[in-house]
Amino acid sequence: MANGMFSRTDRSILGRWWWTVDRPMLAALLALMILGVMLVTTASPPVALRLNLSEFHFVIRHVFFLTPALFLLLGLSLCSPRAIWRIATIILGCSILGLILVLFVGNEVKGAQRWISLFGFSIQPSEFMKPSFAVLSAWFLSRWREQPGFPGQWIATGLFLIVVSLLVLQPDIGMTVVTAAIFGAQVCLAGFPLWIICALGIGGIAALFGAYFMLPHFQSRMDRFLDPASGDNYQVSKSLEAFREGGLMGVGPGQGEVKLSIPDAHADFIYAVAAEEMGMWFALVILGIYAFIIMRGLKRLSDSDNLFSILATGGILTMFGLQSVVHMGSSVNALPAKGMTLPFISYGGSSLWAIALAMGMVLALTRRQPRTSVAKGGSIARGFFARSDAQQGA
Amino acid sequence: MSLVTRLRKARLRIEGSKRSALDMAHGRLTLIGLGFSVLYLIVAARVVDLTLLQGVLPRLNGTVAEQAIETDKQQIAVLRADVTDRNGVLLATSLETASLYADPALISDPVRVAAALSKAVPGAVYGETLEKLQRKGRFIWLKRNLTPEEQYRILEMGEPGLQFKTEYKRIYPQGELAAHMVGYGSVDGQGLAGIERSFDELLAKGGKPLALTLDIRLQHILRRETDRAIREFSARGGAGVIMDVVTGEILAATSLPDFDPQNPSAASPEQLFNNVTLGVYEPGSTMKIFSTAALLDLKNPGLGMTFDTSKPLKVGRHTIHDYHPENRPMTIPEVFMHSSNIGSALMGQMVGTEGLRNFYKDIGMLDPVDIEISEKGRPLAPAQWRDINTLTAAFGHGISVSPLHIVAAASSIVRGGTLVKPTLILNEAQAYGAKNAANESEIRIVSPQTSHRMRQLMRLVVTDGTARQADVPGYNVGGKTGTAEKIVNGRYDRQKKISSFLGFFPMEAPRYAVFIMVDEPKGTKKSYGYATGGWVAAPAVGAVIGHMAPLLGMEPHPLNEEDDLSFTLKPYLHDKKEEGGQLATFTTE
Repeated sequence: MANGMFSRTDRSILGRWWWTVDRPMLAALLALMILGVMLVTTASPPVALRLNLSEFHFVIRHVFFLTPALFLLLGLSLCSPRAIWRIATIILGCSILGLILVLFVGNEVKGAQRWISLFGFSIQPSEFMKPSFAVLSAWFLSRWREQPGFPGQWIATGLFLIVVSLLVLQPDIGMTVVTAAIFGAQVCLAGFPLWIICALGIGGIAALFGAYFMLPHFQSRMDRFLDPASGDNYQVSKSLEAFREGGLMGVGPGQGEVKLSIPDAHADFIYAVAAEEMGMWFALVILGIYAFIIMRGLKRLSDSDNLFSILATGGILTMFGLQSVVHMGSSVNALPAKGMTLPFISYGGSSLWAIALAMGMVLALTRRQPRTSVAKGGSIARGFFARSDAQQGA
Repeated sequence: MSLVTRLRKARLRIEGSKRSALDMAHGRLTLIGLGFSVLYLIVAARVVDLTLLQGVLPRLNGTVAEQAIETDKQQIAVLRADVTDRNGVLLATSLETASLYADPALISDPVRVAAALSKAVPGAVYGETLEKLQRKGRFIWLKRNLTPEEQYRILEMGEPGLQFKTEYKRIYPQGELAAHMVGYGSVDGQGLAGIERSFDELLAKGGKPLALTLDIRLQHILRRETDRAIREFSARGGAGVIMDVVTGEILAATSLPDFDPQNPSAASPEQLFNNVTLGVYEPGSTMKIFSTAALLDLKNPGLGMTFDTSKPLKVGRHTIHDYHPENRPMTIPEVFMHSSNIGSALMGQMVGTEGLRNFYKDIGMLDPVDIEISEKGRPLAPAQWRDINTLTAAFGHGISVSPLHIVAAASSIVRGGTLVKPTLILNEAQAYGAKNAANESEIRIVSPQTSHRMRQLMRLVVTDGTARQADVPGYNVGGKTGTAEKIVNGRYDRQKKISSFLGFFPMEAPRYAVFIMVDEPKGTKKSYGYATGGWVAAPAVGAVIGHMAPLLGMEPHPLNEEDDLSFTLKPYLHDKKEEGGQLATFTTE
């Protein structure tokens, strides 16, 4: 039926979009948004009441943020790679500015300065930094591979060091790890020898050890994961209880009790709420959707012959996948408890826009590029020339 | 710098073709895909593990309770088994109650919560509660075992930081009545004394109630009469035992002063002390039951054999006196009935040191008593048993045993001469009158003839001797009084006595032993200043028998004088009215 909306020969913007965009991935992302509204609706009222807010405070705000996020996602997916590159450049510039600003005027929350107030919204610049950084570093790395003599790898590394040091200054270990993972994935895709990647990995682990000894709150969180008896594990133990309680089919929508006792039930532990109320099958369906998005994206890239697209999308997908794994892994105590939202599902306010930005870029960059666009020259499209060769190879 | 050159080399190597860069990227995409597959599989496996293996399966197997224990070690409360008396009357039971604890981290306004709590729960002091609520940590007990009403009031407060744990409170519906036998437990339900302690593991497992041999009705009678004797003679304390001499079952056992097992922490050490099995005392003349039985059984003398009690007996630097010197030779029944120390000492001398010590050993006087509670006193006997020890041990001095020792050993003698083992645990399907197969002892202590003679002698003590106040018409009580001086600072103190009476009835076929001991009684006008076993304990035992016999459905059997057991002993008694004291006859049975 949907195919009936646009004919294959439709040459309008929307028609081209429909036939080139990754429709299954788009469907999966929309499904996540719908599930998110459902779960925030059931998980957030007790949290809101505890904070003396009105019962549906978070639900209303979630929908309020989600609607622009949806348009952002769709709008970006219409864009060409070149436009994506431009948008990313602007956003990265703004968010680096924001990261610097945050150090001086940020609101301190739980021992770290991460938030900045803008037009009445609390915005975390690092959220917007991640996808735009992925696009920019992908561009530099792909330029380096395709244009001999261009020192893209050093520019990308420099950019990486700048954003990471800004993140460490906040301090925000979670974001640092995610950013490092993005860059690591891109370096890996860009074809750096594996030993360099291993060295970077070891360096990352060493950095984590350093953080362990430098940052008390990070140290205590690791200690609690490694030895649950050593300290307060309240949220995680409640979360595990929720999974056991949920069983196969769950206790029923709205019937869960874990949300009554977990302070972050609507955000960092929404997966536990889902498992308790709907059971194992539902938890696995959510997990399956994330896995599908990642695998679908990677599959799509392996058909692509645009190195820039591969690097940018690979980086963003790594970020997206890592965030979902960390959230779900924390709530089943397979990872140290790290407050990370479940993309598109958790209540997250402005971070919803950041994730919509990221996935909008993925949709844009994974669109099947019509041959006609190949002829366009310029720095961005330079990689597109290789397309015909690759297709013959495939 | 070498890194830079190597990177450059690497770049040059790959730069040959864009194609190779893309191929490389496609290969690495697979690598990343594999990495994510592993991560998602691990999380998925963990989800299945938690929900299915740890969530659903335990519920299917019905082991949710065990699971709860595993996840929350503080909720190890299994319903502890009840303890009942022989008729099923509850002596100890467990009630499910809620205990209040606080999670200080969830309490935002400790001042307000503490104020509300001190209003809602009696006994919650504001300052103390406030201090607890402000502590660091996530768990602090506020009050154990709330009443439902208290719990309701706290629930009404709706404070998320106040939470409940289900616990089981031990309830002793009979209060202090059988406190020392049943025992008590800690707040955490661990048995600390009595049956609660010795059967702690069994009771902790829950299940069927544990039935004791006690009969709460007899327990009440015994405690009442013992208490009355203690009050009447302004004594410090006392002990009482009722035992079925056929089965060895303890039907009642009381130790005074006693305590409320609900709140043992409020009791003094004296109250908690078990006088029946843990305390050891010099028993005094009740010990003569054993020295006399030893003589009759080992030497088989005629009852007419006389002992010279006219003057105090000097052995080494010790001198043995009689309380009421008769200053003349006495026959065995006379020595027993007047409770002559000199006569008994001479009997002990006849039995000999070896013989008497072995006899005491055989009837269990030298070992802790064999009973199912842990509070048992070890008898105090001379380490080096010399001849003087034999003389004093024969009339109950220089050796200390628990009241239960006396009751059990004397029961063995009067029941026919075979050893009886006292017990507190009711054998299944056993009621009054049924024989306890396990207690059909084959261990013979004395011959049936000796047993019969001892019954005669003990009946004589009640008809003509020191314990006339113990008689209950129709129930033909027999027994032996005991009055021991307490040792104070290593010397016998004439003013501080332990007075006791051990009675049996009906004497022609003894069924029940009733023992009462009173610690430091003081003579009254009514007793003409006497505080001996005959004046203090004998009437109390008589009162117990008078109440318990009809309760147990025993018909009184009044006997003619010539049918009475003691009648055949009359010829061995000197007629006190005759000057010079001639023996009436010398005929033997």
